[in-house]
Amino acid sequence: MDIDRLIDDRDTKVIVCCGSGGVGKTTTAAAIAVRAAERGRKTVVLTIDPARRLAQALGLAELGNHPRPVQIEGFDPKGELAAMMLDMRRTFDDMVLAHATKERADEILANPFYQTISANFSGTQEYMAMEKLGQLAHTGQWDLIVVDTPPSRSALDFLDAPQRLSTVLDGRVLKLLAGPARAGGSGLRKIVAGGFGIFAKAVSTIIGGQLLTDASTFVQAFDSIFGGFRERAKKTYELLRSPGTAFLVVATPEPDALREATFFVERLATERMPLAGLVVNRTHPLLTELAQPRAIAAAEHLEELGRAPLAAAVLRLHADRAALAHKEERLLARFAKAHPGIATIGVPALAGDVHDLDGLREIGLRLVGV
Amino acid sequence: MMPTDQPWDAELARARLHVVTGKGGTGKTTVATSLALALATGGKRVLLVEVEGRQGIAQLFDIPPLPYAEEHVAAAAGEGEVRALAVDTEAAMLEYLDMFYNLGFAGRTLRRMGAIEFATTLAPGLRDVILTGKVKETVTRTEARGRHLYDHVVLDAPPTGRIVPFLDVTRALSDLAKVGPVRGHSDGVINLVHSQDTRVHLVTLLEEMPVTETLEAIRDLDAADLRPGAVILNRVRPPRLPARSISSAADGRVDKNRIRDGLSSAGLDLRLEELEGLVEETVEHAVRVDAEARARARLDGTDLPVLELPELTEGVDVAALYELAEALNAQGAGGSRVS
Ligand SMILES: Nc1ncnc2c1ncn2[C@@H]1O[C@H](COP(=O)(O)OP(=O)(O)O)[C@@H](O)[C@H]1O
Ligand SMILES: Nc1ncnc2c1ncn2[C@@H]1O[C@H](COP(=O)(O)OP(=O)(O)O)[C@@H](O)[C@H]1O
Ligand SMILES: [Mg+2]
Ligand SMILES: [Mg+2]
Repeated sequence: MDIDRLIDDRDTKVIVCCGSGGVGKTTTAAAIAVRAAERGRKTVVLTIDPARRLAQALGLAELGNHPRPVQIEGFDPKGELAAMMLDMRRTFDDMVLAHATKERADEILANPFYQTISANFSGTQEYMAMEKLGQLAHTGQWDLIVVDTPPSRSALDFLDAPQRLSTVLDGRVLKLLAGPARAGGSGLRKIVAGGFGIFAKAVSTIIGGQLLTDASTFVQAFDSIFGGFRERAKKTYELLRSPGTAFLVVATPEPDALREATFFVERLATERMPLAGLVVNRTHPLLTELAQPRAIAAAEHLEELGRAPLAAAVLRLHADRAALAHKEERLLARFAKAHPGIATIGVPALAGDVHDLDGLREIGLRLVGV
Repeated sequence: MMPTDQPWDAELARARLHVVTGKGGTGKTTVATSLALALATGGKRVLLVEVEGRQGIAQLFDIPPLPYAEEHVAAAAGEGEVRALAVDTEAAMLEYLDMFYNLGFAGRTLRRMGAIEFATTLAPGLRDVILTGKVKETVTRTEARGRHLYDHVVLDAPPTGRIVPFLDVTRALSDLAKVGPVRGHSDGVINLVHSQDTRVHLVTLLEEMPVTETLEAIRDLDAADLRPGAVILNRVRPPRLPARSISSAADGRVDKNRIRDGLSSAGLDLRLEELEGLVEETVEHAVRVDAEARARARLDGTDLPVLELPELTEGVDVAALYELAEALNAQGAGGSRVS
């Protein structure tokens, strides 16, 4: 995979960086955005949860919920770079405001149940990331959008969570919970509704009737604008499926991360979403060819003689690194065997973490193999 | 901080409920499982419980997903036994509601419709009340002659960010039931988790973020009157360079000529670029060791016992779990200690 070719291609409109938690999605997204801007693209990067120092370096910390130009000393890209950090609560509020009458919107925003859902529901962040991506694409203001994805444990959540939230907002369950009577109908449904009545009672004993009442009010108020919500989510899904989109699956060379990457790659295939390739982040390639057994033998020799302790230590640390490098190679070879034809690039780990423009540029270089 | 011989002290040995938390991915499941094995050594019966619905234990032992039942997963030296329980939140919730209301078979349908997931989402505290309730039940369960069925229960708990709200059901209850059967049930949990019987162990790597989260968690646990147990440093790698040369090497000051001469006295004559590669690896190693030393220093202030587990380069399989359990035994956890 040639990242420069991908970002130089004017037909590439959206790059999505996904993968399991902590593998380097945010870093990769930011590094690609910086590189794309410096190579002339009019770029915006949507970050979700940048590490604090990275956010500060990009000036993201004090940003609102809209992209702003990135201004850093020494950064004078040929193209442009704007960046934003997702504020999921505000994105949700904006959505409600955009799709409901003022009065209705106020009613929804003030509802405690809405406040719970918009702040806590697992899946809200993913949904709002999709929503924001849809908005950014809709403006037509940028010719490349680089998207980071939320820090969930599983990469699949990015695709699945919106559906989960959608199910809740759809209100079928809620309607039952709040007013089982109305859901009645056929025999079976009556039984269910009956069980539900008890359940609702049990639940309301435990969580309090007020929450259920709020929930019911919310669903009624939300019902009228739900269609619009769903329509937009569908559009964003279509955008993700279109040929202008490129998914980059990020993983570290560890079994768990690669397993998640496998799930995601397979899922993209069934969804017919365009996979550009796998970024294996934080590898530890050998920087010298000296074979591990030779290094160990020489270290032992020196240690026995009690000579040249520095050289012996260097040989030992090289042998450790060789063991790690070999393990990583084995894991990647296994992945490649199971998924032939998936382009892969390795990004060697930086010694420290990545928290400024220079670090991002360095990651950019490593992404293209320099 | 060098670990003393037996950091696992008498206080820790006395606990029966061992809650294992840490930042995600630091090795909670691996450490909890090794700890269960270590505590089972010498003929004890230990229950290992997971509550996050991830089937992490089954994955670790490379067995099919665990049902919602206490199953034998491993034997420990001296006829010890580890059983595992993967708590299914929804099943536990129905079990729980069933104690107070007769749901009948509607329960299954409710479950299929997502109603239970929904209810626990509405009130996240509800889920924690149920899960901790289940854990308490296993800790306090007795056999015919009044002896505890399990000598120890090890809980593969939620990550550091959620551990206090998870354990501190008092807080969760403030917006839940104030009276009635649910309340009574929960009082038992509150007593257990705040007692001498319970310790919360913190797994961390020697990296900035996990250590920060560990320190925050210790502070939060203290504030909530819960008891931090041991800090368990996981995936510790041996420093190869002498301590005094770390900081200069981390700054890129490595004596290339000395290395070259040393190598050639061992019969290795490297080309210049190979030598430079070695130097670069040395600098990267030093930067990491330097960061690890800083991470350790930050943990020094906590005054908690510190245990260490080595990085296993070949990955973690069942044999590796026993290896880690032995390392814990050697530091005083289970096994050698007579109780
Ligand atoms: N190639 C790399 N070398 C060194 N550190 C890295 C590298 N990639 C990411 N990091 C560091 O790893 C941590 C997690 O990266 P991040 O991009 O926030 O992951 P994610 O968004 O997937 O959770 C950050 O501290 C980051 O600086
Ligand atoms: N001591 C160790 N040596 C090598 N790998 C380890 C060690 N401890 C954990 N791991 C690996 O780290 C990854 C995360 O461990 P896990 O126990 O699943 O963490 P958590 O439960 O905190 O998410 C797993 O791939 C596991 O095999
Ligand atoms: Mg991130
Ligand atoms: Mg785990």
